[in-house]
Amino acid sequence: MPAGAAAGVDKPVIEKARSGPCIAPPEVMRREHPDMLKHQRTITVHEGVVNAKVDLEKCVACHASKTTGSVAASPQDFCESCHAYAGVKLDCFECHASRPKQVGDRR
Amino acid sequence: MTAIAMREIEGRSRGWWGLFALGALVLLGMLAAWHAMETRGHVITGMTNQVVWGLPHVFAVFLILAASGVLNVASAASAFDKRFYKPLAPLSAWLAIVLLAGGLAVLGLDLGRSDRLIVAMTHFNFKSIFAWNMFLYSGFFAVVAVYLWTMLDRTVGGHSTGAGRLAFVWRLVLTTGTGSIFGFLIAREAYSSALLAPMFIVLSIVYGMAIYLLVLIAACAGTGRELGRGVVERIGRLLGWFVLTGLYFVAVFHLTNLYLAKQIGVERFLLVDGGIYTWLFWGGQILLGSVVPLAILWSPATRGDRRMATLAAALIVLGGLAQMYVTIIGAQAWPLDLFPGYEMRSSFFDGVIHPYSPSLPEAALALGGFAIALLGALLGVKFLRLLPASLSDESLQPGEGAH
Amino acid sequence: MSSRRAFLGKAAALGGIAVAPGLFLFEPARAKGVTSKVRWGMLVDTTRCAEGCDACVKACDRENGLSGRAGPDDSQWIRKVELKNKSTGRTLSLPVMCQHCAEPPCVDVCPTGASFKRADGIVLVDRHICIGCRYCMMACPYKARSFVHYPLHDQKPDVPRGQGCVESCTLCVQRVDRGEQPACVEACKATGRQALFFGDLNDPQSEISRRMREAGAKQIRPDLQLDTGVRYQGI
Repeated sequence: MPAGAAAGVDKPVIEKARSGPCIAPPEVMRREHPDMLKHQRTITVHEGVVNAKVDLEKCVACHASKTTGSVAASPQDFCESCHAYAGVKLDCFECHASRPKQVGDRR
Repeated sequence: MTAIAMREIEGRSRGWWGLFALGALVLLGMLAAWHAMETRGHVITGMTNQVVWGLPHVFAVFLILAASGVLNVASAASAFDKRFYKPLAPLSAWLAIVLLAGGLAVLGLDLGRSDRLIVAMTHFNFKSIFAWNMFLYSGFFAVVAVYLWTMLDRTVGGHSTGAGRLAFVWRLVLTTGTGSIFGFLIAREAYSSALLAPMFIVLSIVYGMAIYLLVLIAACAGTGRELGRGVVERIGRLLGWFVLTGLYFVAVFHLTNLYLAKQIGVERFLLVDGGIYTWLFWGGQILLGSVVPLAILWSPATRGDRRMATLAAALIVLGGLAQMYVTIIGAQAWPLDLFPGYEMRSSFFDGVIHPYSPSLPEAALALGGFAIALLGALLGVKFLRLLPASLSDESLQPGEGAH
Repeated sequence: MSSRRAFLGKAAALGGIAVAPGLFLFEPARAKGVTSKVRWGMLVDTTRCAEGCDACVKACDRENGLSGRAGPDDSQWIRKVELKNKSTGRTLSLPVMCQHCAEPPCVDVCPTGASFKRADGIVLVDRHICIGCRYCMMACPYKARSFVHYPLHDQKPDVPRGQGCVESCTLCVQRVDRGEQPACVEACKATGRQALFFGDLNDPQSEISRRMREAGAKQIRPDLQLDTGVRYQGI
């Protein structure tokens, strides 16, 4: 995390992901993930592309916390902890599920 | 005619501060309502999946129309070269700006995702009249601001006529766009008509000039400026012509609908057994909003009288709101006819009249539009030279060039 | 001269390094998108549809994570409509959902282009750019759209939906893209009535095209000439 962070501000808690390497190295992901998501969402929604490399569901499945099962439910969850630190509001999960699909997921 | 001095008002009277406080209070209410709608959603309003546009849109469209129409006073001066209106033009231009700001604020804050206004200004589907309106409305601010500048700053005063003509044409296109919002909708029997665009142009002038008259009378009363009978009478006479023209369009619209068999259902609903919509149409829009004001503005017994003119203008404003309520909400209350000849029943309110009752948050949002316009008007007359020093008959010569 | 060349070379390399991560990460996804070769459609055989049965509605609620409530502010992507002919008294029952028109009025009026028609005919809402103005709801001749009036929780992972945006039947696009049928069609089949059929309108050999050829099919509000993707038999 950036050096010289103000004293008294909690550094983000980064829980280890559930499996394998991410689609790009962490430094690249940190910088590029907003643009990646914004670019891919248009392609996925408008062109009906499935199984793209950038896939929010897959991000969530891998990064969901082992305790809360979510990436944004609690301040220590993967997306929420960095975003709270950076002071950037997360509104993805107003619409997107922040928990991975469960097997036999039927309401 | 000697040149008339244009002055700011002092703007320190109890009346000025009282109105300012009122406007600020209502504005706070609007912001509180917006915050509540953002956090808890539109469920706290009376708008539903059946009546999707409600009181905020009634007020917003009214304000947008009034904004376009209030500029008519200035257009009469520049585009139609009527000298009488020249000293009255700067106030008209300023009111156009603040009324539009009020109307657009209501629309913007009512959006399901008002945080996405930037998206609305960067993603455009040019088949949509809404997308065109984004340009027409923002362009209107620019055009009228330039026009106002040519009126207030003598060094660029030579361009006033040109700017005025541009503003006039822009107004017509913009109001056509506003009417077409509804006119383009094939889905609903009460819309889907090319007549709505020209009708909205006429209505805009009715609402705008009524508001102009109210502001003018109030400003003169508040600052002790003399306001001549002839001045009031002449403005009132022109306003009356537009009220009459508005009635003509409404008559043709409904008579045509009555002629078409498939439109009779919605017409009977609006004109006969629609409950509140029928009352608002006949009592609000026609009687109190058009016939009575027309009589007041034209009758020799009352024309030119400031109090009666205020009454007439206020009735026109209320009648205009009633008209917008019937036009926007009445049309949505009537169910869509998916299967002509069949009675329909479903869990999604097919086949039944859709109820609507406005809630406090949406009323606060709607009134906030007027508050913004009021605050803008108060600040404008205080800091800009919008008002003639005197509006007496001797100063303005209403008899000259009048028909 | 050579130092200028060296500088330009370094600048180009730096520029390339800045842009490169983006180039490598965004794969050429265009090849995998849908095309207009296929036009998805649905056929409703109203003679098989039973009054009081709402298996299709329940299936849609389950699949898409809808609440199932039917208040004035609740979303309904599909609803059963009970009809009674005013002159003959004949009754019938049928489901109504987004008709996936070829000429959708909702797409025409959307100011941002959020309401759009996919190449394969499915009409959708891109909720990333929907501003919640509800103009499409005013424009839809079938009253097919709903506006989300309150915050949502526990959305299905493959059906993102949320407060402040407009939504409607997606022909279960998440299933269709996996090669499956919409949930309502499957549920209707499971009841034994099989009133709903789904398939490619562009393929003359598909079941839906054959059935339409054999027994005819009508649009709701045909006078509007919207060329809907959902057709009805028996109305």
